[in-house]
This record gives sequence, C-alpha cells and structure tokens, in this order.
Amino acid sequence: MNAARSRISDSARRDLAFAALTLVLFLAVTWAFPGFATPRSVAGLLDDTAILIMLALGQMLVIMARGIDLSLAANLALCGMMAALFNRAWPDAGVAPVLALSLIAGGLLGACNGLLVWKLRLPPIVVTLGTMSIYRGTIYLLSGGEWVNENEMSRDFLAFPRGELLGISALSWISLAVAAAFGFVMQRSKTARDLHAAGGNPEAANYSGIDPGRMQFLAYTTCGAIAGVCGYLWVSRFAVAYTDIALGFELSVIAACLIGGVAISGGAGTAAGVVLGCLFIGIIRSSLPLVGISAFWQMFINGAVILVAVLLSARQRQFKRTILEARA
Amino acid sequence: MKATTFLRWEAMLAAVLIAAFIVFSMLSPYFLSVDTLSDATFNFTERAIVALPLALLIIAGEIDISVAAIIALASVAMGLGSAQGIGSAGLVVIGLGTGLLAGCINGALVTIGRVPSIVATIGTMTLFRGAAYAVLGDRVLKDYPASFATFGQGYLIGPVSIELTLFTLFAILFGVFLHRTRWGRVTFAVGANPVASRYSGIAVNRYRFALFALTGLFSGVAAVLLTSRLGSTRPSIAQGWELEIISMVILGGVSVWGGKGSILGVVLAALVFGLTTFGLGLMNIPGIVLSIFTGLLLILVVAVPALVSRR
Repeated sequence: MNAARSRISDSARRDLAFAALTLVLFLAVTWAFPGFATPRSVAGLLDDTAILIMLALGQMLVIMARGIDLSLAANLALCGMMAALFNRAWPDAGVAPVLALSLIAGGLLGACNGLLVWKLRLPPIVVTLGTMSIYRGTIYLLSGGEWVNENEMSRDFLAFPRGELLGISALSWISLAVAAAFGFVMQRSKTARDLHAAGGNPEAANYSGIDPGRMQFLAYTTCGAIAGVCGYLWVSRFAVAYTDIALGFELSVIAACLIGGVAISGGAGTAAGVVLGCLFIGIIRSSLPLVGISAFWQMFINGAVILVAVLLSARQRQFKRTILEARA
Repeated sequence: MKATTFLRWEAMLAAVLIAAFIVFSMLSPYFLSVDTLSDATFNFTERAIVALPLALLIIAGEIDISVAAIIALASVAMGLGSAQGIGSAGLVVIGLGTGLLAGCINGALVTIGRVPSIVATIGTMTLFRGAAYAVLGDRVLKDYPASFATFGQGYLIGPVSIELTLFTLFAILFGVFLHRTRWGRVTFAVGANPVASRYSGIAVNRYRFALFALTGLFSGVAAVLLTSRLGSTRPSIAQGWELEIISMVILGGVSVWGGKGSILGVVLAALVFGLTTFGLGLMNIPGIVLSIFTGLLLILVVAVPALVSRR
C-alpha cells in the first residue's frame, strides 16, 4: 500500500515537472513569436495534435501491458480507407454508420494482434511488424491502389470533425473527451488497475488472479478501436484516402508515449503525461516553420527526443531496481 | 534433440526452395535462364548481407530495427562525399564508417545506457532516417563517379555478380564464426541465458556492443552495394527493409527469444525470400501485395512452432 502510494506521487511529480517544461517551451515560443498564443492558433495546435493524442493514449495501454503496437498507423489507414469506400458507396448513410464501421473494424484488427500475443504468446514486436505490412497491403487490395478524393466524399462525412463549439473543432473536443475518459478510467476502474499490475509484474499479477495475456488482449483491442475511429477522422480531416496515409506515424505515437513518461518495460504511465507528450511534440512541430527550420527536421527531432526520454527513464529504473533484479 | 529439430527446419526450407523453383519455372517461361536467375540474386543479396550479422544479434537475444535507416544514413553520407569530389575508394570508407559509427551508437545505448534494444533502435531508426531527411529534404544525390557503379552492378565471372560473391563469402565467414569458434558458442550462451553467461565470466556487454557494431558495419556494406547499384540516393532509400531483413532471419529458424539458430537456415531463407519475391514480380504482382505475403510469413513462422509446442 505504501509503495503504491509513493509510486503514484512519483508519477504525479513527473507529470507536474513535465507540464512545467511544456509550459516553458510554449512561453518561449510565444515570447519569440507573439502570434503563437492567439486563441485561433492555440485551437489550431489542438486540432493538429488531436489525433496524435487519441492514438498515443491507445498505445499507452499496449505499452503498459508490456506490448507494443507497430501496426497502429496501418490499422488507421486501413479503417480510413474502409470508411472512405463505404461513404463512396452509400453517400447518404450519414456519419453514424461510418463511425461504427471504423470503430468495429479497428477493434477487430487490434484484437487480431491481441489474440496472437495472448493465445500463442508470440513476441508483440514480431506480430505487429507482420500485421503492419498485412494491413497496409490489404488497403491496396481494397482500393486497387486508387485514391479516394474530396469530391467523392459526402458533405456530412467531411463536415463531422470540422464542426466548431466555442472556437474549438469537434475533432479537438473528441480528443479532449477521450483524454478525460482515460484520465478517469485509469484511476478508477478495476480493469485499468489490473492492467497496471499485469504490466508491472506479470508473474505476481498471475498469482493474484489476473491473466496478463488477457490484459494485453484488451489493451490491443482498445488501441485498435481507437486507431479505427482515428482512421475515419484522419481521412475526413485531410479529405483524401490512399494506401500510404499516416505512413510511419506509429513512430510519432510511440515517441509521444515515451516522452510522456510511459515506461517501455511496462506497468507505468499516466494519461496526463501522454497528453503532455503529444502537446510537447505538437508545439515543436508548429514552431519549426516559425523558427525557419524545414519540416524535414521533424523526424530527426522526434528521434533525438525519444532517445533522451528512454535514456532518462532507463537511468531512473536502474536506481530503483538494481537490488531486486540482477541484470547481466 | 535440438540439432535434429533444426536439421528438420532447414530441410523444410530446402524443400520449399526447390518447390518454389519448380513452380516458378512452370508458371513463367522467362524464369529458367541463367541471366534471369543471375538478375534474381540482386533482389536479395543486399538484404541478406545485413541478415547475417542480424542473425547473430538476435541469437544473442537483442534486436536492431534501425538497419534500414543506417543504410539510408550511410547512403546520404556517401552522396555528400561524392558531391565533394571524393573517389570510389573514399566513398566506400565513408559508407562503412558511417555504418560502423551508427552501430556503435546502438551498442552504446544498449550496454552503457541500458536501454532495451527494441526501444533504443526504434529511437535511432527515427534519428538516422530523420537525419537523412533533414540533410536531403526532397533532393536526390546522384553524382557518383563512374567506377563506383562496379560494386553493385559488376560481375566477377560470367553471370556471377560481385554482390553474390560477397554474400557467399560473408555467409561462409559467418557460418564458421557462429558454428566453429568459441565466440560463436558465446553468442548462443549470451542469448540463452545472459545472467548465467555473466556469472561464467563472459563479458556479456562487450559482446553485445561488438554485435551491434558489426550489424552497423554490414548495413554500411549493404549501403555501398545498394547505392552503387541504384546510382542515386534519396532519403527514402531502403524504406521498410528492416521488416524484410528481420523476416529473413526469423524465417531462417532463428528464435526470437534468442539462443537458437543457424547461418545455413538464414541463407536458405534468404534464397527462398529472394526467389519468391522475384517470381511473384515476374508474374506482375505489385510490391505492396508482396508485403502481405511477407507479413503473413513472418507471423506464421513464429506461430507454427508456438502451436506445435503447445501440443
């Protein structure tokens, strides 16, 4: 009980420190470029980061359960293509069936990963590396390599994420709602605590009646369902669907998680930290053109930030665990 | 027991290889000619050359996902060198040096930084590929000296390409190293049980570091061959190759949990892989559809032993 309490305050302390760092970054950019902090541009920043936030929260579950989902972006692209093709075939069906389709399809694709990891105990990285290329290839089979363009999408299909309330886009509201739901559920629900426990110490969790494999399955399925819905949102927002959308985006998502304090060894991570990690990446991304650095540097910066984050967390873990775990 | 299961695995790969050979020669009239088969080898030699050291790394219980990004980085470095007027020999040194350096960075992160190799190399993959994009943007480098084309396009004798010769040579060297030397046995030991290896006086971290450096160096070799064959460098060069290279290694019977595997298996898997993708290409099946096949193969190869061992 005591240990649990100190763990929570540890992660809260980290989140606070990171929030301060993100705020400093934001203020520094605003100080140099006053236009950065106008309500309009902050709303734009939120809109740009919304999909990343949702995906990173899904990936957080998987990483906490000691997995990793490299097929996330391919899942998004496949569900996005399905949504676009469905809309092209039945333009008058409205948004609700499109949302349902992408949610269910994404959940099933995630469940495939989860089943292979749970039932066959295959290494997550190999499974999701494999499904990543299977899902990508399937998009090509479905679409015949063609693009679905804006003029083939119905008005409702395009309008849904663009609706505004209080100057903030519907897409941003959805991601704020998802983040709030995660924040609440991760603290309150028994399943979320089981997931935490299973990722932190699978053997101990097993002895206390939690099946770590089942937790991984749930994490993958949830993550897949989120990726599916984000597929529709992505396609609608950029008004185009083709085989290569969001190619390599899984790395940005993993970067956001690692920066946000999710431990790759499982069992640790908070929704607040992940959201902050996404905002941190978002602020850097939208300030690059202001500073006059080409957008081609984004990937390099992501890589550098991932490495700094994992090196720091490895150091922390080393201090804490050297007594318990002899590592060669 | 262990030896026999692996012999069976390699026999199966050989059978698949022969079957693929027969099927494709029946399906396409162009398949069965010396020139075509010689062309087919270019399809896999560069990847297979990286698969050899990666097999050792995976047997030792680690993984390197950054290999394709190292190829891109080394290719960009060579392109920049070439733009400065450096000759072919100098470019090879730059390519190999960049690969080695990148491998050492991976090794240092895993051994000194104590970062799990999956995360470390996801990070460096983003960093190296990102550096390639940051330097080149949407430009192309293609001012390579004429003599530089020899490595990737030249032939040693008749239809035997320099690439194929190098691969054969490296395969023999790696085979002898892994199966006939003390270091080879140490590689297995480290992968099977790092803690016990450490207690038996093996400098486990030094081995890990050396294997990462070796994998980086051979990614540099692949970069030289690929760049020389294509004659140009874009930041997207060798995109997605990490998946194919890792698939080759795992298809070759190397256990993803470390401690098991053979070079013969990896070589056979590389041949199966190269022959199948080339044959499907002859039948006008696009590359993205092949990736479904690669992905399925990758999962099947790890799933089948898991299913069998549950019985």
